[in-house]
Amino acid sequence: MDTIQFILNGMMREVLSPQTAAVAIAVIGLNIHFGFTGLLNMGQSGFMLLGAYGFAISISNGLPMIVGVLLGFGAAFIFALVLGAPTLKLRGDYLAIVTISAAEIIRYVGRSALLVDFTGSAQGIPGSQYTTPFRNLSFFGDGQFTLLPFNYQDVADGAAWVRILGWIVVVAGIAALIYLLRGGADLKGASKGFAIAGLVVINLFLLFFLFPVPYQSTGVSGWWVRFIAWGLAFLCTFLVFLMVRSPWGRLLRGIREDEDAIRSLGKNVFAIKMQALIIGGLFGALGGMVYVLSSSVQPDSMGRSLTFFCYTALLLGGAATIFGPVLGSVIFFAGRIGIKYTAAAYVPDSIMNNQQTEQFSYIVVGVALMLIVIFRPQGILGNKRELQFNV
Amino acid sequence: MLRGVAGLILALLLAPFLALISSGSASAVDVLCMAKPDETACIAGTLRTEESPVPDATITVTSPSGEEQEVQTSETGKWSVEVNEPGEYTVVLDKESLPDDVVIGQGEITVDVARLGVTQAATLDVRTGSYSAETSKVDELIQSTVNGLRLGLLLALASVGLSLIYGTTGLSNFAHAEQVTLGGILGYFLINQHGLGLWIGGLLVVILCAFTGWFQDRILWQPLRRRGLGLTQMMIVTIGLSLALQYVYQYTVGARTVRVLQDNPSVREIGPVTITNQSIVAMLISVVVLAAVGYALLRTRVGRATRAVSDNPALAAASGIDTDRVIRLVWTTAMGLAGLSGLLYALVTNGIKWDSGLQILLLLFAAVTLGGLGTAFGALVGALIIGLVVELSPVLGMPGDFKYATALLILILLLLVRPQGLLGKPQRVG
Repeated sequence: MDTIQFILNGMMREVLSPQTAAVAIAVIGLNIHFGFTGLLNMGQSGFMLLGAYGFAISISNGLPMIVGVLLGFGAAFIFALVLGAPTLKLRGDYLAIVTISAAEIIRYVGRSALLVDFTGSAQGIPGSQYTTPFRNLSFFGDGQFTLLPFNYQDVADGAAWVRILGWIVVVAGIAALIYLLRGGADLKGASKGFAIAGLVVINLFLLFFLFPVPYQSTGVSGWWVRFIAWGLAFLCTFLVFLMVRSPWGRLLRGIREDEDAIRSLGKNVFAIKMQALIIGGLFGALGGMVYVLSSSVQPDSMGRSLTFFCYTALLLGGAATIFGPVLGSVIFFAGRIGIKYTAAAYVPDSIMNNQQTEQFSYIVVGVALMLIVIFRPQGILGNKRELQFNV
Repeated sequence: MLRGVAGLILALLLAPFLALISSGSASAVDVLCMAKPDETACIAGTLRTEESPVPDATITVTSPSGEEQEVQTSETGKWSVEVNEPGEYTVVLDKESLPDDVVIGQGEITVDVARLGVTQAATLDVRTGSYSAETSKVDELIQSTVNGLRLGLLLALASVGLSLIYGTTGLSNFAHAEQVTLGGILGYFLINQHGLGLWIGGLLVVILCAFTGWFQDRILWQPLRRRGLGLTQMMIVTIGLSLALQYVYQYTVGARTVRVLQDNPSVREIGPVTITNQSIVAMLISVVVLAAVGYALLRTRVGRATRAVSDNPALAAASGIDTDRVIRLVWTTAMGLAGLSGLLYALVTNGIKWDSGLQILLLLFAAVTLGGLGTAFGALVGALIIGLVVELSPVLGMPGDFKYATALLILILLLLVRPQGLLGKPQRVG
């Protein structure tokens, strides 16, 4: 029982982690590229790294934070222009090869010994050099707290039945939520909105009740950075919701389905693809800035693997959906930690040692990515008819 | 406790390798530091020029907390210090203690001791005074050209297969690089661990790798083609496969570099070029195999069928070619070639790691795209160009960190002016 509680607590910490939120933001950007427009951007980690460098380098050189954020966005904007100009008129694979190469070039340049004064080369920039202005904005005060003033231990001394009942209700609640989001129940308009909002609140409440996690209010990786990271993730989700229901969003889907048809309607397909690439890239840059808020800027932690993880999260949640990126990222990170801890707790060390559980969890990630694409390309929330994606 | 045991096992596993790497002609008894799990770690190295070991040199090791330790190199140039905290250590070679004819290439390095219980290698670069005077720019250029050709030939072996797969099925196979790694790692298991001879073991590696290609197509790619899965989805499947394979390698051999042969390769000097015998043989094998593949593609029935499928699968099927058989053969051959490439790569670069393939994946894609997606001979030309660019760019003034970046930059620039690649046909694009 305590082992299970330990594993679930670990998963909960990963769910709340600011880096999960950061990847979710980057995946929201990737969703604009890949999900809605059908652009095969394999260099999302390059956008993230540029955003992070722009942010961290300007602040550590004494510029105000807002300038850092703008410089990060500016770098991603230029990167998108440079990548898009030669490739958006060509077939999809060219964009894939150029974006993955360009993202690697950024990483090689970042870790080069020549730029050690700016980027700290392979060692990176430690968080202490640039996170202070962000933490100074905090109004959370000092000390530490758990989100709810009471938790499962206050009910019947945290007896097993309380917890098991709680876990079952949470699973049922999340299942109901997914059912609603996929348009399962026959609810329309405001009542659907209320039902979803109600379920989200109840689930969150239950989760914090069952898995109390104490953090510092404002520290390096405390509630403040979590609050901002998840706030931004949901703000971005809302922005994408507004974008894709506009006429412009319908154009994006049109381009994904049939470029020539859109062109024959007199639209400038190249320009629209470029806009999509830029906007998705800006989300990527924002994700990169959030990613480094609680840690440090390390070029090697934002390499190809991160892009591939973004794709896994996107396809898991459901490409071309509004909530897919957030759901996918949460399940991806929590699931990986869950697998790792479970293997560490239940598989004897003679079969799998501590380091191997880490690698085992990534093997499962790789296999899961293959299986999702083969058997459920629309992911958890997606609509199979909409997603015959082919670039 | 368990971590201690694990650390001990790891140290035991690593010990023979470290001993091998640093052995040479160990006649004198060296005082070697032994790392104790959870208590101490070692920093060790061998100080030698290109000619001989340097005895009695003074090396100062400074710990993260500022403590200094001095150590003298032994008769055989070996030195080691025991440290008792993890962190970054600075290792400085004292210039005064060196013989007059020895100059320092790199006399100050930082060594990152990740945790206790390990021995961390530290390589200080010294050479005889006459050495640096001898190497002129021209010699350096010739040496790098040979290295570039060597890398290019190895890349060509892998990228011809990648290009054929792209041509016949339209799939960009991101897991191709892991097949390259597989060749090296199988070589380590069969030749190093199980003591098979290099030639027999090598042949077995290639056959096993070719079999993985056959098997993959049988259980994965052919069923997916039959299901009508889109190419984008298939490409993402290859990414998943690549991730899974990388961590399978890391799971089995860990994050260390493993070697195919246990002894150090013998070096030969031809004019200004210094090259190992293994490299010469590897280059010869590559040339012969590439020529055989080229001949098969141009002159044999099955080769013609492959090119026909590559050109237009529907038309090829309509004219009676069994496209599934051709694709199966392409997968088998491509994986066999990739395995050979990985084995040779492990031999000439003196070892292979779980992510070695990943490091050259983009070079493979660059080679294939540069030559023209889907054209086998284009991949050959592209690979040679990429190999030369990677090895020559540091000589021609690019900083060494940027040698891979240069290759990728050239790829992007070429796509601007000639998106179909050097040998591709324009109608393939767009």
